[in-house]
Amino acid sequence: MMEQLLTLVWTVTKIMAIVLPITIAVAYFTYFERKVIGYMQVRRGPNRVGPLGLLQPFADVFKMLFKEIIIPTNSNRFLFLLAPVLSLAPALTAWAVIPFNDWMVLANIDAGLLFVLALTSMGVYGILIGGWASNSKYALLGGLRSAAQTVSYEIAMGFALVGVVVLAGTLNLSGIVHAQSGSLFSWFWLPLLPLFVIYFISGVAETNRAPFDVAEGESEIVAGFHVEYSGSAFAVFFLAEYANMILISALAALLFLGGWLSPFQGVPILGDTWLGQGGIHWFLAKTAIFCFLYLWFRATFPRYRYDQIMRLGWKVFIPITIVWVMVAGVFRVLGWYGG
Amino acid sequence: MPALEIVFYLFSAILLGSAISVVTVNNPVYAALFLVLSFFSAACIWMLLQAEFLAIVLVLVYVGAVMVLFLFVVMMLDVNVTPMTEGFARYLPIGLLMVAAMALQMFLVIWTRGLETLPMPPERPEDYSHTAELGRVLYTDYLYAFEIAAVLLLVAIIAAIALTHRRRPGTRYQDPSRQISVQRGERVRLVKMNADGEES
Repeated sequence: MMEQLLTLVWTVTKIMAIVLPITIAVAYFTYFERKVIGYMQVRRGPNRVGPLGLLQPFADVFKMLFKEIIIPTNSNRFLFLLAPVLSLAPALTAWAVIPFNDWMVLANIDAGLLFVLALTSMGVYGILIGGWASNSKYALLGGLRSAAQTVSYEIAMGFALVGVVVLAGTLNLSGIVHAQSGSLFSWFWLPLLPLFVIYFISGVAETNRAPFDVAEGESEIVAGFHVEYSGSAFAVFFLAEYANMILISALAALLFLGGWLSPFQGVPILGDTWLGQGGIHWFLAKTAIFCFLYLWFRATFPRYRYDQIMRLGWKVFIPITIVWVMVAGVFRVLGWYGG
Repeated sequence: MPALEIVFYLFSAILLGSAISVVTVNNPVYAALFLVLSFFSAACIWMLLQAEFLAIVLVLVYVGAVMVLFLFVVMMLDVNVTPMTEGFARYLPIGLLMVAAMALQMFLVIWTRGLETLPMPPERPEDYSHTAELGRVLYTDYLYAFEIAAVLLLVAIIAAIALTHRRRPGTRYQDPSRQISVQRGERVRLVKMNADGEES
């Protein structure tokens, strides 16, 4: 009994050790976003609260927490409040199977990749239910748009991951990283380049971020599914969206850029120094690259038109992924990549 | 193992409760959400049987895709509940008959085999991969059945598209390849004009 209790406490500690940094990362991701977009638009971004504006995210959080949660009349109160939770829970649960380095992983399960895919596909319920329960036409339209978009891009994303599984020969995320070990060019970005690009674009579409953010679409439907949300209920939606963005970035780093492996691995002189050692710092650096790409996209691209999003997903991405899964199979049979 | 049993009964209770709610609640959106909950509980029970691949795929396919589309449609419908409950008494005997038939079938399947006479499956070693094993069996021993199922699904997809995709006269649609090949000269004409008060 005592032993079980200790395991429980230890597991909860490990969960906290993952969830707390993610929450902090989300806070500073918003700061980073405003700074990056600011500089891309030749202005400075937040710089008033604290040195360099570093305390800005906390000011925002406190502002949000002390605001009133307004529940619209004739809305479905229970579902209205359940929706933010439903969108946050899968975004945080998926982190359970993400390996940060060789041994740092909460649950090293066999079907880790499938688990992540299943959980990211569940995030749409929060948006859909929130949109419906708000009893607002804008919210409902946002929810429906988001559902259609997520379901379409999930297929392309799934096929992109099939390519990874073909080469790695395992669904375990640590196993996939180990399968990429060797050098910079044995990482899966090279043999699976089209799938890599499609995976990340689908990830951007799946998280409803610019240029695929028609679910929010300020210019057409005000703020989409979360138009009626305020205060901490809105903050939870916000947290879920950013946690999902970091998750997609982390997955892209794990599946295509060798996770915690060092890019100098196998290089003659550098490879023997500390730079050649894999570690959590490489994983975080690679994740940060993709996080930055998210912001870069947002600052650069105009929003896609809705029918173009659907066309891109169904008529362009899915055929390319199907072809490239077969190419990956050929690589595997010829023994160029993977076991 | 009592802990496992508690988990099993918990999820079974949720599964049965939500399955009953699917057919008893009036609001169709609630019914769809209860169906999601019952799929989820079923996945958890499969997980207890160590069938992690099937459990996750159930969530991925049914919860992540099929039910999203269900909700998508149901949310756009404006269902009037009263006419749906009208014929309840009339159709009750037929419904009960079907329930009895299904219960009998399940009873026969489970009972005649005699579950207790079957030997317990051997404990799998820790590195045993259900996913790999399932793939191996599907693509070797049961290849024909698998292919036939795939062809059946393909036929269903083609039939569904052929039935719903009619070319209606007068439909307006955009042709993206023509849209992107448009040149500036085809759309804009620059006109030279004199400013106000300027002598020509």
